[in-house]
Amino acid sequence: MSDKKIRMLLVDDSASMREMVSFTLKGAGYEVFKATDGIEALDFARANDVDLVITDINMPNMDGFTLIKELRKLPAYKFKPILTLTTEDSSEKKNMGKVAGATGWIVKPFDPDSLLQTVRRVL
Amino acid sequence: MTVNLDMSQFHEIFFEESREGLEAMESGLLNLDVGVPDPEVVNTVFRAAHSIKGAAGTFGFTNISQFTHVLESILDEVRSRKRGVTQELVDVLLQSVDGLRYMLDCAKSGSQTSEDRIAAILEKLENIPVENQPKPAGWQIRFYPRHNLLRNGNEPYRIFRELMALGNLFITPDFSHVPGIDGKEFDPENCYLGWNILLQSDAGIEQVREIFVWVEGDCELDINLSGERRQMVERRQRRDDEADTAQLEGGGKGQEQASIRVNIDKIDTLINLVGELVISQSIMSHAVTDQDHNHDLDRTGKLKEIVELLEKNTWELQEQAMRIRMQSIDITFQRLPRLVRDLCRSLGKQAELDISGGSTEVDKTVLEKITDPLVHLIRNAVDHGIESPEARKAAGKPESGLIEVSASQEGGNIIIKIKDDGAGLDTGKILAKAREKGLISGTEELSIGQIHNLIFLPGFSTASKVSDVSGRGVGMDVVQRNINDLGGNIELFSMEGKGSEFTIKLPLTLAIMDGQLLRIGKEILIVPVLAIVESAQIRKQMLNAVAGKTEVYRFRDEYIPLVRLDKAYGISSDHKDIMDGLLIVVDTGQQRVGLLADEILSQQQVVIKSLEANFQQVSGLAGATVLGDGTVAMIIDAPGLMRHCKGFTATHTVGNESPLP
Repeated sequence: MSDKKIRMLLVDDSASMREMVSFTLKGAGYEVFKATDGIEALDFARANDVDLVITDINMPNMDGFTLIKELRKLPAYKFKPILTLTTEDSSEKKNMGKVAGATGWIVKPFDPDSLLQTVRRVL
Repeated sequence: MTVNLDMSQFHEIFFEESREGLEAMESGLLNLDVGVPDPEVVNTVFRAAHSIKGAAGTFGFTNISQFTHVLESILDEVRSRKRGVTQELVDVLLQSVDGLRYMLDCAKSGSQTSEDRIAAILEKLENIPVENQPKPAGWQIRFYPRHNLLRNGNEPYRIFRELMALGNLFITPDFSHVPGIDGKEFDPENCYLGWNILLQSDAGIEQVREIFVWVEGDCELDINLSGERRQMVERRQRRDDEADTAQLEGGGKGQEQASIRVNIDKIDTLINLVGELVISQSIMSHAVTDQDHNHDLDRTGKLKEIVELLEKNTWELQEQAMRIRMQSIDITFQRLPRLVRDLCRSLGKQAELDISGGSTEVDKTVLEKITDPLVHLIRNAVDHGIESPEARKAAGKPESGLIEVSASQEGGNIIIKIKDDGAGLDTGKILAKAREKGLISGTEELSIGQIHNLIFLPGFSTASKVSDVSGRGVGMDVVQRNINDLGGNIELFSMEGKGSEFTIKLPLTLAIMDGQLLRIGKEILIVPVLAIVESAQIRKQMLNAVAGKTEVYRFRDEYIPLVRLDKAYGISSDHKDIMDGLLIVVDTGQQRVGLLADEILSQQQVVIKSLEANFQQVSGLAGATVLGDGTVAMIIDAPGLMRHCKGFTATHTVGNESPLP
């Protein structure tokens, strides 16, 4: 891996999920920034550049779809991979994510291995 | 306490079982696809080898057991994917099967095995290089993203990277949809490219599809099996379909039917006894019908009813008994894929063999006797029919030829067709050859069909160059004679450049047949109904004598030889004048012949009693039967009669040369 660490923004209102995901990603050598909702995430993104955004859909203040739409308006995030965290049975949600501009999805529940495997697909 | 067990009592079963094992191995190996073999097929072959090894060791055939051990180890490597399947490997494995068969034959007959031959195969087996990386078949992927694909953060490069992890990747980009850069339509944020991708991999379609799951809906995507893999899968599909059909046709009885081994003598004894029963029944039936004594009409009526019932049961019993002797023709067909494969290899040709109707059942004897003619026809199809791949390509045909072999049942007959999509018969060549051999004069006008049929003449060999494949001195005449001897016939249809088709028609069984009863004087002779073309009154103006010897009859614009049955068989007939006789035209397969009899009687199913078994073989007679009234009637063997009577027709005295009764 190059000298510069790969940076990720993780957006989730659930603290446990946030900790689990960031723990796994950090363990794999990535630099992880955390946000608890869309507004917080968008603020961070306006000021910082990351290589990948992983976001939950259902969140207070600004949900995942809106966040993705807003992110795509930012020149730095136009072509960035953005993955949604979604539950298996919600093919409708997957689709809405795509319409909003998401690259792909990570299906909940997941184990650390499959999370890393999915993340590597877009790096 | 020691058990004194005589192992030799199990040898027969062992040989039989091993023979079946070898067949399973052979057909498995022939179905084994080079590259990525079907694990199920590999397992079948492995299991067969494994059982033979175990049993051979148990029964003290150490050499067989040792040999199979080497074979088994290699198969185990294939099974565990340590070794890829190459054409070369399949060849050597097939040779090993031959070697094993040879060793088993030697063991069975108690003769010495040639160590050199076995050692030679073993050496090949041991020295065959291990092909670690099987050349995988793969997927043809057409991937044309929508313009907005990149704006979702997707990136084709990452998709290719994932595909590459599955196998070898060959990517051809398509730039044709990229608008000119100076033009206003060009948006640098759009994706204008499309890609055609060949992925050589044994990955399943789900695995490939999964990689595209995030871009589904954002692209045009077609994932198809690439050429060679498609062929493989289609072939398998076809095989499965056939198996399904066969299963349906067999009334739901699949290949795994329960069976017991019964000595063929026991079956034949049973069938003979049933035959006797049929005859006794028919005598009884005759006696009852004949009973015109009026004194007890009631009882006679009842008796008739009972006899009718008995008749029905007897026929059913006979039919079922016959079925015991019936075997599926698959036993013979199974040999053909190997044959075609070996022939193609040695002739540098390519041909696919398509077999259908393998579950059709036919009498064991017919089955045994049809094998050689069938093999000969297949040989011919590959050698003379199918062209070289270059010639086929030049003619706009697929490089690989197709040989279709099918069997079906029509009434009391079995129809076997052998069809190839090769060059067809070359009428010019046949005519030239026939003239050269003096089989026809130079002036005869022949129809295309007649020209084609010249190949059935004795002394005709179509091979302009005798190869080691065909041209072994066995011609189509022998094929035809074998088939005629079984009471069948063979027809040929061929179109130059398109291919040839041979249709063989055979009786299902040699034990019963539909017979036409003919009367000559006090004797009754029987002609197979299958052979009869027509019956007619003799017309004098149609009668001719050729060279004062042979009588010929003008039958439908064709001169056919006339055989007076009375003279041929030395029976005194009723008719003083030939005009009082009746003409029965029969087809011997080679030609049509007119038989002259006094009267045409009824048609009936007759049980054929072998003269050979009960007396001795008599040329011109196919056998005898016992009629309802107890009289013995001879069954005419028309082809045999013609061979015997060559030149001995009506006006020629039969004399000493005819030992016929």
